[in-house]
Amino acid sequence: MNMVKALNDALRVEMRRDERVVVLGEDVGKLGGVFRVTAGLLEEFGEDRVVDTPLSEAGIVGAAIGMALYGLRPVSELEFADFVYPAMDQLVNEAAKYRYRSGGEFGCPLVVRTPMGGGIKGGLYHSQSPESLLIHNAGLKVVCPSNPYDAKGLLIGAIRDPDPVLFFEPKRVYRANEMEVPEGDYMIPLSQAKVALAGTDITLVSWGAMVEESIAAAKEIHEQGLSVEVIDLRTLWPVDIQSVVQSVQKTGRLVIVHEAPKACGFGAEIVAQICERVFLHLEAPPKRVTGWDTPFPYALENEYLPLRHRIVPALIETARYS
Amino acid sequence: MDLQQNYSTTTLRSAAKGGVMKVIDLDGRVDPTTDPRLEVALVTRIYREMVRARLIDERMNALQRQGRVGFHVGAYGEEASIIASAAALRPQDWLFSCYREIGAAFWRGFELQSYLDNMFGNANDIAEGRQMPDHITARRNHFAAVSSVIGTQIINAVGFSWAAKIRKEDVVTAVYFGDGATSAADFHSGMNFAGVFKTPTVFLLRNNGWAISIPASRQSACRRLVDKALGYGVPALCCDGNDALATYATVQRAVSSAAEGKGPMLVELQTYRLGAHTTSDDPTRYRNESEVERERKYDPIRRLRLYLENLEVWSQQEDEKLIEKIHAELQAAIARAENAPRPAVASIFEKVYRDQPAHLREQQAECERGPRAR
Repeated sequence: MNMVKALNDALRVEMRRDERVVVLGEDVGKLGGVFRVTAGLLEEFGEDRVVDTPLSEAGIVGAAIGMALYGLRPVSELEFADFVYPAMDQLVNEAAKYRYRSGGEFGCPLVVRTPMGGGIKGGLYHSQSPESLLIHNAGLKVVCPSNPYDAKGLLIGAIRDPDPVLFFEPKRVYRANEMEVPEGDYMIPLSQAKVALAGTDITLVSWGAMVEESIAAAKEIHEQGLSVEVIDLRTLWPVDIQSVVQSVQKTGRLVIVHEAPKACGFGAEIVAQICERVFLHLEAPPKRVTGWDTPFPYALENEYLPLRHRIVPALIETARYS
Repeated sequence: MDLQQNYSTTTLRSAAKGGVMKVIDLDGRVDPTTDPRLEVALVTRIYREMVRARLIDERMNALQRQGRVGFHVGAYGEEASIIASAAALRPQDWLFSCYREIGAAFWRGFELQSYLDNMFGNANDIAEGRQMPDHITARRNHFAAVSSVIGTQIINAVGFSWAAKIRKEDVVTAVYFGDGATSAADFHSGMNFAGVFKTPTVFLLRNNGWAISIPASRQSACRRLVDKALGYGVPALCCDGNDALATYATVQRAVSSAAEGKGPMLVELQTYRLGAHTTSDDPTRYRNESEVERERKYDPIRRLRLYLENLEVWSQQEDEKLIEKIHAELQAAIARAENAPRPAVASIFEKVYRDQPAHLREQQAECERGPRAR
């Protein structure tokens, strides 16, 4: 099953299990979503629970917040993460603060699903990775799976979570590969990173579409005798920093790979936390391999993305530092 | 189109009076053609709550001037548009508000002590001092937590009412906002979604003439803000928001219509902000005092009192007794709130999420064992 099918299956499992779960967004009904993640849901669950909305991200998220306050479990879709900005006021000032400002009288169990990242020739406005903006505003949870199995388990985990979750789906991975995904109900708890590839010499931290690139790069330099441990964060916030700490204590070297621009990207936070916690274990300066601090270009997108051609030299440089 | 016809009839009905539904004149006499003939007990209760709201306001302004509370948002002169509108909701209905409609929460049973605990930001406050004064939360009273952001609650209220519709539960959600909010993005998304999905939402546009220093005439080129409803296919009504009977009757019509499954309605309550925007504001810098003087004669409390006195169901003595009772109640609640302890440092780190994550546990420990602010 590919990631699109796995996500669709997760929605189906939750909608069958819990009638409070509703799906809303642009084109999620008849069309089944621009990437078909919600295909067939309208037919199975009807128009009350699978809603094609007007074209307004603030409206979709703002209405979903109201539904969550009422007691529903809305899963809203924004067609591209690039279009999260009109909904930022609702996310940052309402969803993220509702529990806090009401002293826990209200919770906001809302999921906002949105495809993120580059790799499909989407240009400036269909390629962005805004995860760190959502992390920086306290009160939200941020998830980004890298493969179909995790995508299903994490989406189920996100829907059952009592707090608002931004669920970023790496669209480069959507249909890129198939893997064994169990039928039915299983859940991956949030805030648990996973060792995607065990190793001893360098810790590589990544998430989303760059996990696969990172594993490929690690395998490539394995022939040169370097053993890379790849950690897939899966949940970006609250982050499972202990998994990274344990790995760095073992390897002493840290490389972070993400698509978003470098400045204030989530890699910066990982580097800072590792320096604060295990500075004396470090044997090389932590290194970030990221998108450039520019808008996301169309024609040269593979020069922008931190793909294996840039990850491999970064790993070698970090490994050789002494 | 159906909705447009509905719109025309509702507005044309009272077009002879300038499109604004009125019942009580300035001397407290009623127009028999529009009089909703409400029970005296109900009107008296509305009156008492309006007086209470004003006295609370006056006291909070004084406390702020004395430096005892940090801030206050008053509703001086707007009491009818707040209390009489809340009175028109049914017990199972819900209210989303901005920061100026605390009186509506009081109508629904929100306790004065809880309000004072918020005003002083003490440890007994429901939100444990996380929010500014006048930003309450009152779930028990079906009153959503107040935000400072203008207009965001409008689309939240639409989503809330939509959820009730999906669950087939007989709940109407009303949402208050001001004239300034009609320029904000979520007025648009809220009206638009409500129109498309026919949600049981009552939009209570309390037009008090001013958004801090910006007059309502600068918010829109629409001749009347209520006309905006046409663009969303949402029926609309307009009434004198300083007339408690007109407000009650108009809002009740919108609530009934929503409860009957006819979808949303926009109600413009025309009132006037006799006071400042907040205690941080100085309206003499931008507003002519003669305008305020002119508006004073429409004072909603005075008009309703004259109405009750004309009916011979209210007297000067009862007024004095009421005022005395409210003062005593206020004094006790203020003393209790003022003497309550400050919230614990832990409250900064709690209730960000339902379960406290590791990083907040760490930061709480760091803060607790670190130096205290001077």
